[in-house]
Amino acid sequence: MRQEDLEQASVATLDPGPDEIIGPGHGYETVTDKISGVVFRPFLKTPRQMFTGFACAFLLVNLLMIAVTWLFVRGVGVWGIAIPVAWGFAIVNFVWWIGIGHAGTLISAILLLLKQDWRTSINRFSEAMTLFAVACAGMFPILHLGRPWLAYWLLPYPNTMWMWPQPRSPLIWDVFAVSTYATVSFLFWFTGLIPDFATMRDKAGNSTAQKIFGMLAMGWRGSAKHWARYQKAYLLLAGLSTPLVVSVHSVVSFDFAVAILPGWHTTIFPPYFVAGAIYSGFAMVLTLAIPVRRWYHLEDLITMRHIECMSKVMLGTGLIVAYGYVMEAFIAWYSGGQYERYAFINRVWEGGYWWTYWLLILCNILIPQLLWSRRVRMNVSAVFAIALVVNVGMWLERFVIVVTSLTRDFVPSSWGTYYPTIWDWSTYLGTIGVFLSLMFLFIRGLPAISIFEMREVVHHKELAHARRD
Amino acid sequence: MLAGTSFSGQSGALYGIMAEFDDPESLLDAAQLARSEGYREMDAYTPMPVEGLAEAIGFRSSWVQRLVLLGGLCGAAGGFLLCWWITVIAYPHNVAGRPLNSWPAYIPITFETMVLIACITAVVGMLALNGLPQPYHPVFNVEQFERASRDRFFLCIEASDPRFDPVATRTFLKRLKPREVMDVAA
Repeated sequence: MRQEDLEQASVATLDPGPDEIIGPGHGYETVTDKISGVVFRPFLKTPRQMFTGFACAFLLVNLLMIAVTWLFVRGVGVWGIAIPVAWGFAIVNFVWWIGIGHAGTLISAILLLLKQDWRTSINRFSEAMTLFAVACAGMFPILHLGRPWLAYWLLPYPNTMWMWPQPRSPLIWDVFAVSTYATVSFLFWFTGLIPDFATMRDKAGNSTAQKIFGMLAMGWRGSAKHWARYQKAYLLLAGLSTPLVVSVHSVVSFDFAVAILPGWHTTIFPPYFVAGAIYSGFAMVLTLAIPVRRWYHLEDLITMRHIECMSKVMLGTGLIVAYGYVMEAFIAWYSGGQYERYAFINRVWEGGYWWTYWLLILCNILIPQLLWSRRVRMNVSAVFAIALVVNVGMWLERFVIVVTSLTRDFVPSSWGTYYPTIWDWSTYLGTIGVFLSLMFLFIRGLPAISIFEMREVVHHKELAHARRD
Repeated sequence: MLAGTSFSGQSGALYGIMAEFDDPESLLDAAQLARSEGYREMDAYTPMPVEGLAEAIGFRSSWVQRLVLLGGLCGAAGGFLLCWWITVIAYPHNVAGRPLNSWPAYIPITFETMVLIACITAVVGMLALNGLPQPYHPVFNVEQFERASRDRFFLCIEASDPRFDPVATRTFLKRLKPREVMDVAA
């Protein structure tokens, strides 16, 4: 960033409170400078927390490397999985990560269609989150295969064995759903970045940055004709992503619901999974956005209004999830089915995992009720703490569904237990490291807030002011 | 900027004449005036999408949505046929006498491939119709143009327009009260 730009960018960082989505005094130039300034800031001037954060995250990446190497050497036996619990942490984490990704698509697509202008300063950020979360999610089913180098057998392709995947199985639907989701999330994120790449190209101080951003911008010049097609394509992407995001977690829930296992075989799973996904995703957006906004002094772009809106979405989706839990209990009683009832009793009381269920109720239902209070929603630290609690709670939910149900099926002779090993934990923590490392790199290297959409926000605000005068 | 020279008019071929504005409203007015003046070959450059600007310069295209519809249909047909072909032709399995063509089970994959191909078509089609990636374009010859991606709004009347005249067009653009009027070298 050049000296003169720094001077122009000198708009005081003021949080305008819960009613505005942008701080006072911002124009086209200042939002551009402020957001691109995060990327153009000299390397050594990066906030200290980013270095420490990245170092910790990268340490976890190395842990993942070790864990995966050991897994490749010894096979999936290094994990705690054994019949009847063949789906341990790998599937718990897969569902958890993919769920986290869903908030990104919700923010960027559904809120775009609903014309929620507060989505603007958090959409880029959460799209990146989606991308990295899906990358982490994708690792687990592949590592879980036992022979991960044969993962391509999941895809239908002509082969010498004359074998084909079974397209009637939800597991193959999953392959299509998750790979489509990953591709579309990437396209959405990249398309949104193109005009900002052009801004970065034109503002870059050194020729290397200029060349890199220039290539990524592909010659974007902001032509009105281009914008017209661009907006149409963007809207269509949003329209297509909206049913996609619902379908992805529905398909993930079919992995369970289509099986006949008590505790899995439930028609409420698809909507309840989708709501849970959005719930955990918003929790993760808040977990990431709150520190970053503070480290980079972005309180005027990610305002209290954003935090409050996200808290409300979290509260709303949390209540849908709570409804799901109540329905499970109700159906266990109302259906009169012996196995159904036992699955529930086992979950809340009899099995060795009852405490995970109650911890989950505490994390997902009881504690988030604090968000009804405006005082709590206005308190950034409290919202951050609740978001962390929800992240844990949603992980526990998947643990309860996967592990508790598998340990007790129909015949007592096939009952079992599951305890994660150190390699289960290392792989899980390792993917958290991958996710956070990528997030840190993204925030440092690319505009984490959509610049051109912030200019639109500025424009709308100016128009509104003109009308009022 | 890529090539930092701005031609003053006389030397070299001319791509067009460009006017620079401070805000989207003035640009929108200017574009409408230019169109009513009879200019057709022009383009506006803005740091963000401006509502009504494409219509103001007389641009209309519905190819993106048509391509996406086509892509979606191809994707859906391809996904369905793939499932059908695998289960009926290539690898038939008799599961308790159930029909081989179990089409309801194909719907999730059909839906996913539809979305996949439609989205790829949307992005690739948008870029292709826009002629991107494009390493060189004459507008980048104008020095101030680097602000088109930040805070300035440009209108360029192109030399290919039948009504284009280096002097008259320049005078016309000056009348619109822009910050500045510049020649764009080809």
